[in-house]
Amino acid sequence: MKTIAELEAIRKRTLDEISMRTDEESVRIVIGMATCGIAAGARTVMTAFLDEIQKRNIHNVHVSATGCIGVCRLEPIVDVIDKDGNKTTYVHMTPEKAAKVVVEHIANGKICVEYTLPENK
Amino acid sequence: MQFFRSHILVCGGTGCTSSDSAKIIEELDKLLVDKKLDKEIKVVQTGCFGLCEQGPIMVVYPEGTMYCKVKVTDVAEFVEEHLIKGRIVTRLLEKSSDVKDGEYAIEKSSFFKKQLRIALRNCGVINPELIDEYIAFDGYKALIKALTEMKPDEIIETIKKSGLRGRGGGGYPTGSKWEFAAKQDNDQKYVCCNADEGDPGAFMDRSVLEGDPHSIIEAMIIAGYAIGANYGFVYVRAEYPIAVKRLQIAIEQAREYGLLGDNILGTGVKFDLEIRLGAGAFVCGEETALMTSIEGKRGEPRVRPPYPAEKGLWQKPTILNNVETLANIPMILLKGPEWFASMGTEKSKGTKVFAIGGKINNTGLVEIPMGTTLREVIYDIGGGIPGGKKFKAAQTGGPSGGCIPASHIDTPIDYESLIELGSMMGSGGLIVMDEDTCMVDIAKFFLEFTVDESCGKCTPCRLGTRRMMEILDKITKGRGKMSDLDELETLARDIKAASLCALGQTAPNPILSTLRYFRDEYEAHIRDHRCPAGSCKSLLSYEVTEDKCIRCGLCAKNCPVNAITGSKKDEIPFVVDQDICIKCGVCYQKCPVDAITK
Amino acid sequence: MNTNANQPTKNDEKNFLVKEVVARHQHSKGALIPVLHEIQERYGYLPVEIQEKVAKEMNISQAEVFGVISFYSHFATKPAGKYRISVCMGTACYVKGAGSVLDKLKEKLHVKVGQTTEDGAFTLEECRCLGCCGLAPVLTVNGKVYGRLTIEDVDTILESYKNDGGIA
Repeated sequence: MKTIAELEAIRKRTLDEISMRTDEESVRIVIGMATCGIAAGARTVMTAFLDEIQKRNIHNVHVSATGCIGVCRLEPIVDVIDKDGNKTTYVHMTPEKAAKVVVEHIANGKICVEYTLPENK
Repeated sequence: MQFFRSHILVCGGTGCTSSDSAKIIEELDKLLVDKKLDKEIKVVQTGCFGLCEQGPIMVVYPEGTMYCKVKVTDVAEFVEEHLIKGRIVTRLLEKSSDVKDGEYAIEKSSFFKKQLRIALRNCGVINPELIDEYIAFDGYKALIKALTEMKPDEIIETIKKSGLRGRGGGGYPTGSKWEFAAKQDNDQKYVCCNADEGDPGAFMDRSVLEGDPHSIIEAMIIAGYAIGANYGFVYVRAEYPIAVKRLQIAIEQAREYGLLGDNILGTGVKFDLEIRLGAGAFVCGEETALMTSIEGKRGEPRVRPPYPAEKGLWQKPTILNNVETLANIPMILLKGPEWFASMGTEKSKGTKVFAIGGKINNTGLVEIPMGTTLREVIYDIGGGIPGGKKFKAAQTGGPSGGCIPASHIDTPIDYESLIELGSMMGSGGLIVMDEDTCMVDIAKFFLEFTVDESCGKCTPCRLGTRRMMEILDKITKGRGKMSDLDELETLARDIKAASLCALGQTAPNPILSTLRYFRDEYEAHIRDHRCPAGSCKSLLSYEVTEDKCIRCGLCAKNCPVNAITGSKKDEIPFVVDQDICIKCGVCYQKCPVDAITK
Repeated sequence: MNTNANQPTKNDEKNFLVKEVVARHQHSKGALIPVLHEIQERYGYLPVEIQEKVAKEMNISQAEVFGVISFYSHFATKPAGKYRISVCMGTACYVKGAGSVLDKLKEKLHVKVGQTTEDGAFTLEECRCLGCCGLAPVLTVNGKVYGRLTIEDVDTILESYKNDGGIA
């Protein structure tokens, strides 16, 4: 038998798991996964994002794949869109960079400028 | 916690299961393992999304992309394109979706835009076989609130204030029913849920049970606490195996979590329930007959009063609520009666679920605020009539209801307006008919149903419905007399007045309403021996219109009884020999230039 | 449903089945209908011998048992054919032509609704709304759903079972 407190704990935990099915605002990580992206290593980048998010138990983040963004020379490309719709584009991503983006940007809200487009640096 | 980047929701309702959604899930699971995506993407079987016409339905989150009419053979392409490359497989999209930000979101399709889902809130969103997912979306929160913060009479007061009325047919105020039962002084009371959804073409209760069974359990416990009952029965049709199975799983999970039992969540409140299967008797949807059936007897209705709230199951005070009614209860407690009463019309609050079917593009399940017009339901949500045909009538209320003609298409739908039009809300079946549907034949169809389902206990219903059906049969075969119409009306009034239960009292409605709006069709059958809709076989004759005929010979080739002769080569016109013709209509269907008339 | 259950089993097997099912339900109120459901599920139908045994085990009259069986269309007193064809006659299916599908089946099988073909292969039934109105008109063969039917489909469906010899 469960107590009311246990039930509330189940509610919170499960909601984290399935919150993507509601309209709730969350951070979106969109990875370019067209042929060029995959060839440049986008799969390992995506896996790195998923691992890191799980490891750090971060909620309200969605990771999804998108098609060709059109600048193949910068692949793998990852967009991070925050709750207010502001978009940051990271280029030439690697699994290591992905882990850092999760720690700095997703968890602490600090954009990793060094991984963004060259003109931002 | 396992983090999944994507959830693929596949409809496991009866409609989609019938078109192989279970195999789609199997194939998805297999391919995800093959492509090593099974750790990052999760496949979830849900309840009905409502757009049954387009089934099997599959929705992909976080994008909310809705795919329709998915076949097992489409799964490989979907995995490769959408899941791996992030490209939407546009050929499988629902046609009315709007494109925005490159996303095709389910909420944006015209089918969902005008809907307001309260009773169906979790259908197509959660996995009905996992109690945790129900709990996540505020499940059992209303129960906790009721047991810890509210007294029984406060709950009843809340339901009364919300204006909730029974969704199974009659529309009796739910709060008053509970209050009546709560006032009875008795050591044993019962809560029953009517899931004996017998109206042909209505399947909202099944969808709630399949897609969100815990909402019914939660509401029944709340009802039990409110009226002082500690045991409940859910009476479900045996024809709904998936619903029964999911409800059974839900009951077991609720027991395991201590939500059913002797000491619910440690509050000391006691409640448990069991499922009873119907056995194919439509009359058991009537409340007293349903209770007789739970008692293990022939499901014949009994005289009211005494009402079940006073003397119900085994003579004990019992409340009986319909599935959709119960599904609203937790939300009313959570969001407050004012919230619920702010939706709908003056006397009909909240929303109503309709199963729209028949001659309509988007067959399916829709939940709309009371007061939405028939036109909005049929054209905006339902997508209109297929093949550009004309809307003729909508049938609501099943065998107890009536037909609403095109002239009343702008009527806002609520309990009162439908009764004024000679129909009724019923459980929410809404069958659309076009110019090819014969109204006399439809009346006969419903009468055949009631004749078959009359339990035989009282004479007006047992014999009266049979006499009416015989008259209708005569008319559809071209042997009717004008005086038959008066006879029908007299019989109808008598049966309405004298029958014991609602089955008999409402059985004449399909005849009365079609006579009211489509008397000319009845007269055409009788006077001209003609069926204006071209549907009554005995009155049809298929003929070839010579100046339209291109003498292709397709009709003659396809005729199963060789009733059509003619020749292109010898320039002999094609004709149908009426003595041989069996009126199967194959020639009519096959003719490429519509040269055959009926 | 266990389709092999139609063959007569030995008397003591029937006895055992009835005893076992009744015993499991004896503590619940109004148990007759659940008992009949379960026996039919396992035995296939409810012949007179079974009715007698149920009456005896539950200590009620045989008339009461038969009264309930005859009232509910779900309970059968005769075994069904190998393939049960059920045509949905819900309103949505009806307005989309379920009537002509049924007529065609009657004509092809030479049986009326509720009857079984002479060779015991097919039983033709009408059923109330199955709730998959999006596929109307619909029929089921031993539970397998065939939707969006036309009259021409009837031949194909029947042929597939005739040639098949086994359950698809």
